[in-house]
Amino acid sequence: MAARIQIPREAKRGEVIEVRILIQHPMETGYRHDDVGHLIKRNVINVLSCRYNGVEVFRADLSSGISANPYVQFHTVAEASGDLEFSWIDDEGERGSERQSIVVKG
Amino acid sequence: MRRLALAAVALAAGVAFAQERAIAPGELKSGSAFRGSGLRALQNDDFANPGMLWVERGEKLWREPAGKKSLACASCHKDANMRGVAASYPKIEKAGGKLVNLEGRINLCRAGRMGAEPLRYESDELLALTAYVARQSLGAPIATRIDGAARAHFEVGRASYHLRRGQMNLSCAHCHDAQWGKRLLSETISQGHPNAYPAYRMEWQTMGSLERRLRACLSGIRAEMLPYGSQEYLDLELYLAWRAQGLPIETPGVRR
Repeated sequence: MAARIQIPREAKRGEVIEVRILIQHPMETGYRHDDVGHLIKRNVINVLSCRYNGVEVFRADLSSGISANPYVQFHTVAEASGDLEFSWIDDEGERGSERQSIVVKG
Repeated sequence: MRRLALAAVALAAGVAFAQERAIAPGELKSGSAFRGSGLRALQNDDFANPGMLWVERGEKLWREPAGKKSLACASCHKDANMRGVAASYPKIEKAGGKLVNLEGRINLCRAGRMGAEPLRYESDELLALTAYVARQSLGAPIATRIDGAARAHFEVGRASYHLRRGQMNLSCAHCHDAQWGKRLLSETISQGHPNAYPAYRMEWQTMGSLERRLRACLSGIRAEMLPYGSQEYLDLELYLAWRAQGLPIETPGVRR
């Protein structure tokens, strides 16, 4: 599962930063049928979380109402240099993760 | 003598007709102009545009060796500068003299130069590579050529565009030349330009080629859909490109 993360490379300590993530995932609703009429099993990313230097700063429980390739945006406070690490898991148990580092000055 | 003069008149009329455009160059509007500001903002956001997932994948595929010769696209196209290339398609490829679109060109390279399997039409891989190449022409005006061997394809494409089809008995022109800007249920009818493809469509929840979009129109007017990569689509794509001459490339577009 490919994903893109966007955070500022650098920030001042205490600054509010914008964090954006876009994950490639079909987010299959469980309500659609295939060409021969069989129900396609629901498969959505159900948990998405973000840890900043090991501390969870964001968590979302996604469900079948979220469109394919979900895009999530939130804000957090730049406290120390380090990594923001995203991880997620879908209904089929497939896990994905992606990280990006930030330098905090001052 | 008289016959010759008649022939000359007919020829002149034919040329004049060819130059005649239903939509004047100054009035050309990209499909994004008919969509809401939210979709336009999403398209213009390099990060949040979901089509960029395919562009990014295309960049990786571009460098990935494939096939018997273990060559990547980047092995030949060393500086990887494909700026403006997508704006010239569909075009006649030099070796075989056939009309190809960008998807077809990529597969010709794979089969011919790399000794690799051609990518399946509408596969994520082919969409990714096409989107990656087309993205490098972002903002470049469409500049296809309809002279020489392309001429015959252009004429067939134009006829195809104006052909009534399906249970609704409509041609492309009935909506996209005569009624653009008006409402069709909740939609505003666009001018039907190909400059944002491959594009991400909300209805599909994924990326799709121009041919997939054409098939969606055909299904809408309850006409027969042709198989991907068929000659009639290619000719029509050439006519559409000529019709959109000068519009900047927007790939990956975001549409409803």
